Amino acid sequence: MGKKKNVQPPPPSTSTLPDSIADGEGNVVGEGAVVEEVKKEGVKPLEVLYCQGELRYPIDVGCDDDLVIVCSFPPEFCEFGSSLTRCKAWLHEEHPDLFDKYYSEDALVEKTALLSTEAATKLEKDTAKKEAKAEAKARAEEERKKEAKVIVKRIERNKRKYVTSISGLEAFGIDLKKAAKLFAQKFATGASVTKTVTGGEEIVVQGDVSDEIVDMFEEANESSKESALKGVPEDNIEVVEEKKKKGGD
Amino acid sequence: MFKKFSAADASGQSILKSSVQRSIRATLLSQMNWDAETLELVWPKKEALVLVKCRDHISIYTVQGEPLFFQHFDGPFFPTLRLLQKYPSLLPKVQVDRGAIRFLLAGAHMMCPGFTSKGGWLPDADAAIPKEKAVAIFAEGKDHPCGVGLTKLSSEEIKSVNKGVGVEIVTYLGDDLWSLKKL
Repeated sequence: MGKKKNVQPPPPSTSTLPDSIADGEGNVVGEGAVVEEVKKEGVKPLEVLYCQGELRYPIDVGCDDDLVIVCSFPPEFCEFGSSLTRCKAWLHEEHPDLFDKYYSEDALVEKTALLSTEAATKLEKDTAKKEAKAEAKARAEEERKKEAKVIVKRIERNKRKYVTSISGLEAFGIDLKKAAKLFAQKFATGASVTKTVTGGEEIVVQGDVSDEIVDMFEEANESSKESALKGVPEDNIEVVEEKKKKGGD
Repeated sequence: MFKKFSAADASGQSILKSSVQRSIRATLLSQMNWDAETLELVWPKKEALVLVKCRDHISIYTVQGEPLFFQHFDGPFFPTLRLLQKYPSLLPKVQVDRGAIRFLLAGAHMMCPGFTSKGGWLPDADAAIPKEKAVAIFAEGKDHPCGVGLTKLSSEEIKSVNKGVGVEIVTYLGDDLWSLKKL
């Protein structure tokens, strides 16, 4: 920039030749462009394609969202992932050119050439095994979700005073903090997320509101509105009562 | 390092002081192979760097919730694998043979023979990688890096010893840091 100022003034004062002026301007423009380029340069990130092949389990548990595991690897690594067949299907549909690159006859021949046949078959077996494993895992998860219970517990705190604790919400993917806030707002009482001894988290609401809470879960499921409490099937809610043990006085 | 990891392991998030951010920026530039303009694209000056502290003294640095770098104690900075795949030249390259890939994707440390065999690749003696250095791990026949590692031996030592752990894996394709897209 400093240079530019030094160069520009002289032409008009020393000589009025149009040539030199043009020359000076040309230089200036050139310099400016170079400076700009340097400033803006920065290596653009590589576009990386991620596989969207997915394992899907639409087992009916009364929830809307099925369990989906997306592969998410760059497609060249799908063969080491746990959903190869589905990844292949996805790639075939979305990016046929890439599919040809990775899974065509030639590519396979090349690949096996790198490995002894023994190792190749072993690898194949491994992937099949992995796939089955991932499937089993997803099933188990689903099963667990089915079994999981939300326990709404009425705890006697002091003869006629109660608190209500709600545990087991994590399994249904509910944001505990948001849910607690909702309870606090609805009942105009304190509601907090606390850690239990067993390591989980529960919501403790002040006051005996167990019936209302069950109603709230039902409502949230029925209405189409977004709610922090959505996704807990009615049958999975259990209401229990905990009486304070009689202290010996 | 991230084989078992979840958002619950993060104990707190805090925006860093701008002076600390400046020093981190300088360290990043000195430790990795890129220039200020490229870093600017990844981490614009206007965006604050957020430090997410996790268990076992792991700190993850995020920009707009997206993890970009992490660090163990005061060790070197590592880019996350997603960032590394966008900028493969950030870290010096090493390559393992095909047979090692499935172990790599299971989180195993990489043994020396994997680098010295036919499918593996190590830089020549004049560009040797010292030990305790972050490296990008590529795999035979694959274009993208699939792991980030820390060398336990220098690249020359790997060639001469040719036994035991050569590179420790810090993050790899498919681990829990990989599946964690936002923090």
